[in-house]
Amino acid sequence: MIDDTTVRHVARLARLRLDDAEEQVMREELSGILEHIDAIRAMDLDGVPPTTHVIELENVLRADEPRQGLSQEDALREARAVVDGSFEVPRMD
Amino acid sequence: MSDLEPVIGVEIHVQLSTRTKMFCGCAPSFGDAPNTHTCPVCLAHPGVLPVVNGEAVRRALIIGLALGCEIAPRSIFHRKNYFYPDLPKAYQISQFDIPICGRGEFTAIREDGSELKVGITRAHLEEDAAKLTHGGGRRAGADGSVVDFNRGGTPLVEIVTEPDLRSAADTAIFLRQLRQTLLFLGVSDCSMEEGSMRADANVSVRPVGSQTLGVKTELKNMNSFRFLERGVEAEIARQREIIASGGHVQQETVHYEPDTGHITSLRSKEESHDYRYFPEPDLVPVAPDPAWVERLRSEQPELPIPLRRRLVVEMGLTQEDAEVITGSPELVAYFMEAAGLADPKSCANWIRGELRAQLRELGQEPWESNVTPAHVAALVGLLADGTVSVPAAKEVLAGVIETGDDPATVVEARGLGQMDAGDLSAIIGEIVNANPDQAQQLRDGKDKVMGFFVGQAMKRTGGRAEPQAVQALVRAAVLGE
Ligand SMILES: [Zn+2]
Repeated sequence: MIDDTTVRHVARLARLRLDDAEEQVMREELSGILEHIDAIRAMDLDGVPPTTHVIELENVLRADEPRQGLSQEDALREARAVVDGSFEVPRMD
Repeated sequence: MSDLEPVIGVEIHVQLSTRTKMFCGCAPSFGDAPNTHTCPVCLAHPGVLPVVNGEAVRRALIIGLALGCEIAPRSIFHRKNYFYPDLPKAYQISQFDIPICGRGEFTAIREDGSELKVGITRAHLEEDAAKLTHGGGRRAGADGSVVDFNRGGTPLVEIVTEPDLRSAADTAIFLRQLRQTLLFLGVSDCSMEEGSMRADANVSVRPVGSQTLGVKTELKNMNSFRFLERGVEAEIARQREIIASGGHVQQETVHYEPDTGHITSLRSKEESHDYRYFPEPDLVPVAPDPAWVERLRSEQPELPIPLRRRLVVEMGLTQEDAEVITGSPELVAYFMEAAGLADPKSCANWIRGELRAQLRELGQEPWESNVTPAHVAALVGLLADGTVSVPAAKEVLAGVIETGDDPATVVEARGLGQMDAGDLSAIIGEIVNANPDQAQQLRDGKDKVMGFFVGQAMKRTGGRAEPQAVQALVRAAVLGE
């Protein structure tokens, strides 16, 4: 079972605010996932290549040809705040 | 305490000058109105899927081959997770443990001709972040930052070196020559000012002879090689001072202030290095066909470093000539054409000296001017066979720049051919007779006065006399030599 500090750390990295009850649920669910991973780790996997993709496809490449994108107006349509054609966000420096 | 040596490695981000972004069909841009080159993919709207730009892969391979990197038979993309407004997905698609280009080595040449070998750890593909401007917000620069996504998603190749550099000067030499190589490959504009090439340096110091690395700091955001060299120098000095006074260097990101020469610490973002990389499920592996890689290898242009060596060893240029000539692919092509027609060393002298000097006033490069490489070769030929003097050749060149006529035509039209020996001798005789005081000075051993005679002769002949011939004739007339 992972500890509360680890749960809070992961939640923080994911920008999630959890109350005590939620934290407890997450702790149990994450622990379950990690136990599953440990079970896999316990197996003899020598010579088994790691699977990063379940579909056996490679080299899906696109030609370097420009396509019409969004107008500035459309690009900014969902912005919470706009300043001179740019998205405004909380000051970051 | 034993002596300390600096240990430096660099990370270089190179924006590829492809027509479209890394994972969508938007055209990357610099200087356009904000947010005019975006689409649902590079704005990270829900439900969109990235597709890899094949040309970016090709250019990454070209870079890897030029750096002698092992090309991965199969490489994959990873998500690098962090929250920042310049990254709309909250992760950057990058590469982690299986980059497209693995270990390699780059050899630069120092001014004294010695080799500077730098191990390449890797070169991988990723996407650029958007442009975030602080204090540009509506509330009078108080609390707003603004984001322009035009740059977001531009293809980048990140080149990481081993900590093989031992001085700020070497670091600058390596970066300049790496940049030159990338320019020859035609993969990027490599403009430090516009940010299409960016370099960060990892700096640490350790006792000479030690094999373990000291604690490093990361020097960020240098927009010129000069500042980077100074910044690394300042950071080395700062670390030496800390250690000399018994302290410990903190692992942190630092910034060099060019105006004050000071190093400042950037506030370290909490948990900023916990990127939780995992394989990008939206992209399948890239497995470059070995035949394709071999074709790219065979198509590599001659690169500036080997070329520089060849210019010195095979063509008799000086290290300095070679450095100037390999300044750009265009200048190399120009020089090579001239050098195929006349003495290479003389061609190099005229191209890097007089030609560039005269063209500078017009704001032109040799290959944009009226002067063709064949003209340069012809001019060198006219000098070699004594048709024109050096001062006259400069005038011939000015004439070619003006008219585009070939040098022989300019010589003819402007009467710039070298005077015949008898005529010149007569003129020198007249000058000596007309200036008895100066002649006496020469007899008294005041050799400086020779300049006066040469000047007079040039004036009388309109520059059509060779200064050395004039000197010999003056000596003969005055001293009977
Ligand atoms: Zn896009």
